[in-house]
Amino acid sequence: MIELGRHTKSRRDILDKVERISEVDVFACYQCGRCSGDCPSISLMDIMPNQAIRLLQLGEVEAVLSSKTIWVCASCFTCTSRCPKGIDIARVLEALRQVCLRKNIDQLDLNNIPEEERERYPTIAWVSALRKLSG
Amino acid sequence: MKSFAYYPGCTLKTTGKAFEQSAYAVTGVLGIQMREIERWNCCGTVFSLTTDDTMHHIATVRNMIRVEEMGEREVLTLCSMCYNTLKRANEFIASDPVRLAELNDFMYKEELKYSGKVKVRHLLEILRDDVGWEQIRSKVTKPLSGLRVASYYGCALVRPEGAGVDNLEDPTVMEDLVSSLGAEPVNWPSRLECCGSYQTLANKDLVLERTEHIVSSARESGADLIILSCPLCEFNIGTRQAEVAERSYGFKGLPVLYFTQLMGFAFGLEAKELGIEDEATIKLITEMGAA
Repeated sequence: MIELGRHTKSRRDILDKVERISEVDVFACYQCGRCSGDCPSISLMDIMPNQAIRLLQLGEVEAVLSSKTIWVCASCFTCTSRCPKGIDIARVLEALRQVCLRKNIDQLDLNNIPEEERERYPTIAWVSALRKLSG
Repeated sequence: MKSFAYYPGCTLKTTGKAFEQSAYAVTGVLGIQMREIERWNCCGTVFSLTTDDTMHHIATVRNMIRVEEMGEREVLTLCSMCYNTLKRANEFIASDPVRLAELNDFMYKEELKYSGKVKVRHLLEILRDDVGWEQIRSKVTKPLSGLRVASYYGCALVRPEGAGVDNLEDPTVMEDLVSSLGAEPVNWPSRLECCGSYQTLANKDLVLERTEHIVSSARESGADLIILSCPLCEFNIGTRQAEVAERSYGFKGLPVLYFTQLMGFAFGLEAKELGIEDEATIKLITEMGAA
């Protein structure tokens, strides 16, 4: 069970890092849910974008870092464009990915892509997936 | 003849050749010369959203130097992702003299340093702002009357604020183009929705779901075909339709074209000059042109 409201030093450090990398204040969020309502990738996410922000506010950084959500986001900027508080959610998710990727924890194993598929993928898909999902 | 430095990007030389080919054809009709930049490199395809990692923007600096080497101050792009990445990275670099100097430090093998003064533009902006719809209308020899066209913007062409070719929630540039060609623009709800982008590699199911939703939405809104401006969107909502049809009973697809290919048809160019091979699409459009 998640114990809420515990900002230990290590959690605070990660949150600081996320805020430093993204230059976004996650505490500005008042949980309207607009980001989640408009997210085109929501069906594959385990926690919704507004929940991710709330968990960060509560100091539950591990729950967000281990979520599928941060890797399913394709940075389409719909949430960022429509947030009534001007929170750049796409940047927060990028910062969370970076916290993982800077430890060289890759999220893309090219061996999992079938050979017949590899031939047909556009170059642009390779470059962007590798930039977003590997360190 | 107006001339532009042209940045193609990797995919327009591989799976998206038809986009480049048709763009050369239609700009030729409009008296615009696209001069390909020499020794261009990949733009990086996605703009880094971190504030502390300047190195991620270095590819853009080198490309901007190539533009300045040609004596140009503007660069024309076709691919939405190249446009978005180059434009945002360029503004990020040029807005801060310290950052610009830092990145120029790595350009020690270049004869020129980047001045920060190049402007990144998309062909759609040039058509709207430099050429004008009237001029385009005057080049139409086969008006596409009766053809209902759904313009698909996706993400990179409009978002986030300040990075796009038009208003981010209510763009009209592609619909205006469609009207200029004599076709009928379709108003449909999914024109700004993301296709899943590079998740096509890591989360194929997500993309298939997006494709089914986007294409069905266009179809239900009465579209005969979809036009777009991104070779990755083209793969996802075009090529991948065959896979959606395999797994979704009753799914009906739609032809997907680059906006330049549609222009070419209206200008009376041949399908082979525009890189269009699909017979059903050719038949659909030529019948409209003849009507």
